[in-house]
Formats: sequence, C-alpha cells, structure tokens
Amino acid sequence: MSLDHLTLLQQFMVVLAAVVLFTSFVLLQQSRLVAAVHAFAWQGALVAMVTAIVAVAGDQLHLFFSAALTLGLKALLIPWMLHRLVRRLELDRHSETLRHPALVTMAALALVIFSYWAVAPIVQQELIFTRNIVAVSLAVVLIGLLMMVIRTQAVAQVLGFMSMENGLFLAAVSATGGMPLVVELGVAFDVLVAMVLFGVFFFQIRESIDSLDVDRMNRLTERVDEP
Amino acid sequence: MTALFVTVFTPLLGGLVLIGVQRLSWAGWINILVCSATFIGASTLAIAVARHGVLEGFSFRVDAFNVYLLVLTAFVGMTTSIFSRPYMRYVCDTGKTNERGMRLYHVMFQLFLFTMLLALSTDNLGILWVAIEGATLATVLLVSLYRTPEAIEAAWKYFILCGVGIALALFGTVLLYFAAQHVVTEPSAGLSWSTLHGVSTQLQPAIMSLAFVFLLIGYGTKVGLMPMHQWLPDAHSEGPTPMSAVLSGLLLNVALYAVVRIKMLVDGSLAASSSPHVAGYLLMGFGLVSFLVAGLFLHRQRDIKRMFSYSSIEHMGLMTFAFGLGGPLATFSALLHMLVHSLTKSAIFVTVGHATHISGTQAIDHIRGLIRTQPAVGWGLLIGVAAIAGFPPFGVFTSEFLLLTATMQTQPWFTVVLLLGLAVAFAGLFRHLHPMVYGPMPQGQQPVKANMLPVMVHLGLVLWLGIAIPGFLARWLDRATELISGVHLL
Repeated sequence: MSLDHLTLLQQFMVVLAAVVLFTSFVLLQQSRLVAAVHAFAWQGALVAMVTAIVAVAGDQLHLFFSAALTLGLKALLIPWMLHRLVRRLELDRHSETLRHPALVTMAALALVIFSYWAVAPIVQQELIFTRNIVAVSLAVVLIGLLMMVIRTQAVAQVLGFMSMENGLFLAAVSATGGMPLVVELGVAFDVLVAMVLFGVFFFQIRESIDSLDVDRMNRLTERVDEP
Repeated sequence: MTALFVTVFTPLLGGLVLIGVQRLSWAGWINILVCSATFIGASTLAIAVARHGVLEGFSFRVDAFNVYLLVLTAFVGMTTSIFSRPYMRYVCDTGKTNERGMRLYHVMFQLFLFTMLLALSTDNLGILWVAIEGATLATVLLVSLYRTPEAIEAAWKYFILCGVGIALALFGTVLLYFAAQHVVTEPSAGLSWSTLHGVSTQLQPAIMSLAFVFLLIGYGTKVGLMPMHQWLPDAHSEGPTPMSAVLSGLLLNVALYAVVRIKMLVDGSLAASSSPHVAGYLLMGFGLVSFLVAGLFLHRQRDIKRMFSYSSIEHMGLMTFAFGLGGPLATFSALLHMLVHSLTKSAIFVTVGHATHISGTQAIDHIRGLIRTQPAVGWGLLIGVAAIAGFPPFGVFTSEFLLLTATMQTQPWFTVVLLLGLAVAFAGLFRHLHPMVYGPMPQGQQPVKANMLPVMVHLGLVLWLGIAIPGFLARWLDRATELISGVHLL
C-alpha cells in the first residue's frame, strides 16, 4: 500500500494510530502503576484526537460529540479515578517486577502481525487505508488482552481492560465513522459503571487477601484431592 | 407497543423504586409485585404478537423467536422472586449478608431482568451488546454478595472473563457495522437487525465471517461454551442461589439468542460463497466440545451448585450444537430445549438452595438423606434431576429425542457421540444424586421452611411439555423455526 496517495488528514490519522499502538507497548511494559495510568490517559487522548480528525475530514457533527466523550471519559475521568484509587490503596510506590519482558514484547509484536493478517480480507474494500487502522486497533485490543493475561496486579489488569476498550473505540471511529450515537452512549455508560465496580472490587479484594495480587486468589479450582 | 414498554421498563422502574425502600419485608413483596407486573406485560405482548405478527418500532423488534423468550424470562423472573423472598430473609437472618446487601440484591435483581428483557426485545445490535454487558455489571456485585474470599475470587473472575469476552463481541459488532455501511445507505440503520437481515445476501462474506468469529467468542463466553466457560461454575457456586437460578435459566439463553441472531445474518451473507455453512460448523464444534467435556466434569464435582452449573454448560453445548446443525427439526428441538432447560434448571437451583439450607453445606459428601428429612425437597431434587437427565416423560426428553432424530437425518455419525455424551452426563448426575437423596439422615438434621411452589409449577410445565406440547406453543415455536431456518416443520 502506498501512503502518498492518501490525503494529508488521512496520513495524519495513520500516524496517530501508530502512536496509539506505541502507547499500548508502553502500557504493557510499564511496571509503575502511576506511570501506567498516565500512559493510558495519553492513549485515550490520542483516540479522542483521531475521532476529532475524522469529524473534521468527514464534516460529521456527531463525531465531535463522540470525540469530546472519549476525551472526557478515557483521558480525564477514568485516569483520574484510577489515580485516586491507586493513591487511596497506597500503591503509588508499588512497582511490579515483570516476568520475561523481552518475551512479552515479542508476543505483542506477533499479535500486531497477526492482526494485519486477520484483517487482510478488508483490503478488497475501496477504503484502503482503513485496513491499516483496523489492524492497529485490533492489535491494541489484543495487546490489552495480553496485558490482562500476564499482569497479576488487579489495577494493571483493569488498565489492560480499559486499553482494550480504547482499541474498540479506535476501530469504531476509523473503520465506520463512529457507531450510532445511542450505542456510543450506551457503551460509554457501561465502561463508566464497570470502572466504578472495579473500584469497589479493589477494596473487596484487598480486604479478602490483603493484597491486590490476584494470583493469590486460588481457592476455586476443580478440587479432587481434598476430603 | 404499550405492552412491550410495560414489559421492558417495569423492571427498570422497579429497580429504581427499590433503591429507596428501607424495610426488608416490603422489598421482598415489591420485588414479587414488579416481577408479576412484568410477566403480565409479557403475556399481553405475546397475545399481541400472536395476533398481529411482528411488532416493530422505536428500534425494538418482537417476532416469534424472541417473544417466547421474553415470556420465559418474565416467568422465571417471577417464580424466582417468589422463591427468593423467604430464602433471602433466611440468608440475612443467618448473618451471611446485611441489610445493605439485601437492598443491593433486590435492586440488582430487577436491573438484571431489565437488561435481559432489553437484550431480547431490541432490534439494534449495538444496544444488544450494551444490554448483555449491563447484565454482567448488574450481577457481578451479587456474586460477591457474601464477601467470602471464594465469592470475591469468583466475582473477579466473572468480571474479567466476561468483560474480555464481551469486548471481543464489540469488535465483532464494529466489523458488522463496517460491512453494513457498504450496503445500507442510512448510517443509523446499519446496526438494525431487521434491516441487515433484509440485505444479508449483499453483505461482504469475508468481513462477515471475521465478525462472526469475534461475536461467537464474545457472546460464547457468556453462553458458557468451552474453553471460555471458566467463570460459570465459580459464579454459580459462590453467588446466592436465586442468582444461580436466573443466571442458568436466563442469561445463558439470552447470550445464545444473540449468537443465533448473528448466525442468521452470517448465513445469509455466506449463502453464495464457497463455504456457506462455516457458521453452523463453528457452532457445532464449540457445542459438541462443551457438551462432551462438561459431561465428564460432572463426575468429579464435590460442590452441588458447581455440579449443576456444569450440567448447564452441557445443555448449552447441546443447544449450540443443534442450532449449528440447522434445518427445521434441529432448530425446533433447540428452541424447545431452551425452554425446558431453563424451566428445569431454575427449579433445580431453587431445590438445591433449600437442600443446602437443610444440611448447612454445599459439599455433596455432606448432603445426605434429603427425602427422610424433608420429602418435598428430596423428591423435588430427584424429579428435577430425572427431568434434566432426559428421562421420559419430561420435556427435556422430547427435545433431545428430536435432536437425535435430526442428527440421524443429516450427520448420522454424530448420533453415536451424542448418545455417548448423554449417557456420561446421566451417570455423572446420578452417582452424586443417589446418596444425597436416599442416604442415611445425619443426626439432628431438621427440615427448613421451604416454598416449593415455584419448583412444582416449573416441573409441572416441563412434564406437560413432555407429554403434549399445547397447539399454540407448537405453532409459536414453529414460526420461530421458520424464521431461523427458513422452513417450517409442522
């Protein structure tokens, strides 16, 4: 695919999408929670920017609203809530040792390649440059998933979950020019409620196992050996 | 239309009212009242749909397929609320939860029903997603209601796994919308199921099959298909029993409903391509694996609620397989199975709730002599398990028999596998059941105050469906079959 056929705005969008992907890698490797929350906030801001550009390019009014929603929710409100939770749980100085960082990066790279392969069928469509962005957003979703698998700290898992949602927003905006407004509002509402509930759970988990390392929750298995 | 709004929004209203109700004894009755109003609304709606056919408007759509699930959802919600009033009082009295927990329970029960009814009646696939995610959010705090370490672990697992699953489903929905944009001119109609169904043959097959994979994994997590089932036994065993009853009886059905709706679109799109049955084969594969593996898992369970949740996975697998098989007979059997499974399984969970109160534990090894202690509970469990294991003359037998017939017609080799799986599951259930029901009664075991009316009504209905399916219901299911498979049966 040749990039020079794209208009300036489209090129800008591809660059921004690449930066979103980059923040995903940052998030994946960040061992300090506060720094990870900041990286997540930047990712949200970038997604909001992509939305605003699509709105300008396509002159679609409702996308401005959606950009404001993303900015408010993903770049300001949720990071602020997470920041406050991290402070209240006294985790600001918490630093997690990452196991096999090189291996994880390789796995994330493999996921990016897989995403490009998975969205290959879309190349037949007339919107050739959307393939790039859909692939990037799928990669962001999958890297978020990877983060939830490898991290054992509850807050880090939630960051992975929220970054998956960022990937989904990016896909919705870049590939389809935004979902219908009512759906977007519903999704935003669900994400917000989920965040509140995650906050409740952090305290419940800490009360229960005196830590937020969810690997220590291992009471429920298929027990056969017990009397 | 009024009936529809009453049905869908009564639980929302009820949930909001229950936030403000302080008195515990009132809350239980209000809960029953709201659920009954919902059920009356759903029944009126069913009559309207039977008279006028499809009901559409305000991005709702009620046709033969979802109207019977709406009635079923409202009905099981009502009977569970009747059961849960004394049950939750008992739980509260034993100090497992407090008044705040009870209020949370009542509010979330109604909100959960609201999300279920919304997911079933909406025409917009985006709203469907929002509602199914909302169902997770409404139930997750209930799973951790007892605040034991196990309950919190189960709730976290449920939240994370279903959250991830449902996120993948949203990606699938985005892809679906993307495919729709090349066909549907009006952008806001791009997620409307009925619009998409009308133009499904023009949707890009490549994008649609990719979207289907994401949607199947996403909603399949909620159906409890292996290997995404991990949350299900934990959430069922650690949450309060009325929650297990509605999760098994309603949530799994609604998730499967979503998968089938999507499959209808994908089938239309792939009809002209080189592999028209891909979606069906995927469903068959996932369904069969879940069915067989869950049957084996039944044998090694030590917790009674965990055991019955594996039985739910097994039956969901069977239904998924039947929908994947396609054809009018298999589809009819799957629809009937959805109905009888929900009725039977929620009756079983209600009985199990009483049984655990009698013996004070959920460990199968310590539940003994139920029939001697309290015949109603013991017989309820025995008959319920006989029904779910597929004994004639209960309804589960009828639907399984129809499915076997359909399999024999199209994929004869799978009949052997299915029969084997049914036998394994049957043995798994009965080896645990026998000592629980008949075994010697432990010293000092006392009967509890139990309301067995919901169980009797459910099992009575399942028996009725097994002996003679009433004409109006058969025609109803037949119309749904025609909608899904294109051919009617009767």
